[in-house]
Amino acid sequence: MRTAPFPPLSGMALASAMALTAGLAAPLQATAGPSAQALEQGRKIAFTRKLGNCLACHHIAGGTAAGNIGPPLVAMKQRYPNKAKLHAQIWDATVANPETPMPPFGRHQILTERQIDLLTDYIWSL
Amino acid sequence: MLKRIITLAGTLGLCLSLATPAQAGPKEDLARFQHFYLKRFPGVPLKEFANGVYAIDKVSRENWEAIEEFPPYEPYVEEGKEMWNTPFKDGKGYKDCFPDGPAIKADYPRWDAASKRVLTLELAINECRQAHGEKPLKYKKGPIAILTAYIAWESRGKPTHVVIPDDPDARAAYERGKRFWLARRGQLNFSCATCHAQNAGKHIRADILSPALGHTTHFPVYRSKWGELGTLHRRFTGCNKQVRAKPFKPQSEQYRDLEYFLTYMSNGIPLNGPGARK
Ligand code: HEC
Ligand code: HEC
Repeated sequence: MRTAPFPPLSGMALASAMALTAGLAAPLQATAGPSAQALEQGRKIAFTRKLGNCLACHHIAGGTAAGNIGPPLVAMKQRYPNKAKLHAQIWDATVANPETPMPPFGRHQILTERQIDLLTDYIWSL
Repeated sequence: MLKRIITLAGTLGLCLSLATPAQAGPKEDLARFQHFYLKRFPGVPLKEFANGVYAIDKVSRENWEAIEEFPPYEPYVEEGKEMWNTPFKDGKGYKDCFPDGPAIKADYPRWDAASKRVLTLELAINECRQAHGEKPLKYKKGPIAILTAYIAWESRGKPTHVVIPDDPDARAAYERGKRFWLARRGQLNFSCATCHAQNAGKHIRADILSPALGHTTHFPVYRSKWGELGTLHRRFTGCNKQVRAKPFKPQSEQYRDLEYFLTYMSNGIPLNGPGARK
């Protein structure tokens, strides 16, 4: 993993990820998801240079002139059936990979807890 | 402290393996460093790295070649020549401090055993001025960049050849520079190596990250963004600021040691300053 910064999603992993998502779908749909307004707040945090500036490294649908240091952020529910893991990746990416160039948005207080929650919901919706 | 060591060792291991224990010296570092970039950019000859991003990206290169037809630094070279030839108040001039001048860029940075520190061209210029009763120049832009643009121009084609003498203090300065280059810093937690080694050639937003090999050959540089010339330490300041780290003072020990390491890593590449960049 450490030497391959963009782990390919193998068929196996994808299949099991989808199975997991399917399993999770029911309870999640029972609780109301984030509102369109909250998702829009999350998008702004991701796109704003002084905030998340995720576009510096990640292609995100709707963003322009994105960098290519990180993988495109697509199909996030499949890659992260567990939203807490996505939150952890954004909070401090160096835990999963000490060599990552991705800034530790939570640990270094680049964003507030509230901003990271909004951001996580938005990224998870991609 | 422990964490710092781990971070350094890790970065080295992944990118450049510069961190192997103490027995590996500057010579081994140099070989590994250059090999890393030559392997990552096959077909780009060592000399070409003097051209930064333009050595590795065709589209940027075409724009740059058009700019080089009427080089924006040219008037400064003329102005710098005048500065070089204008005597100080005491009747002496730069030539009295630098008898081999003006083509002296390749002699710096160097270890000055007497003062036990890395002597850069800019520092040597100001010490010359002060010895002759003139005010020192500011280090980021303006007259110092203009004078060194002329010196760089006259030094074109000479190979970078920094020497790390067999002196524990010189070696320590080199090691400090290397650690600076490898250490993550700032709220955004980047090292120089994160951008200019691990991700060299990739896009960070719309910018292409240049390889660190060749970083020092063409300074001072005319940047369109600045609309004027700037020194290498001005660039260090900018690259520190963009990761929200507090920059050091130009010509501080930190930046001189960094320049010593970084210039040594480009040994063998001919000087081509002053340069033009975006
Ligand atoms: C400087 C570059 C950089 C920035 C800025 C950055 N990332 Fe990343 N990100 C990466 C890289 C590289 C990876 C690949 C994994 C690794 O490095 O360990 C990654 C991985 C990820 C992953 C995991 C993707 C997967 O499929 O495993 C997510 C999610 C992510 N980033 C979200 C974000 C968000 C949200 C932001 C902005 C708040 C952001 N990133 C900003 C470089 C960056
Ligand atoms: C967050 C990314 C990032 C970090 C960290 C970073 N730089 Fe840069 N640097 C850039 C970008 C972007 C440019 C402009 C495009 C280019 O030439 O790479 C640049 C340009 C440069 C240049 C000019 C290159 C040229 O051809 O004129 C030098 C020299 C340089 N950086 C040195 C450093 C040093 C030394 C450090 C660490 C103290 C550092 N950079 C840290 C992004 C970074």
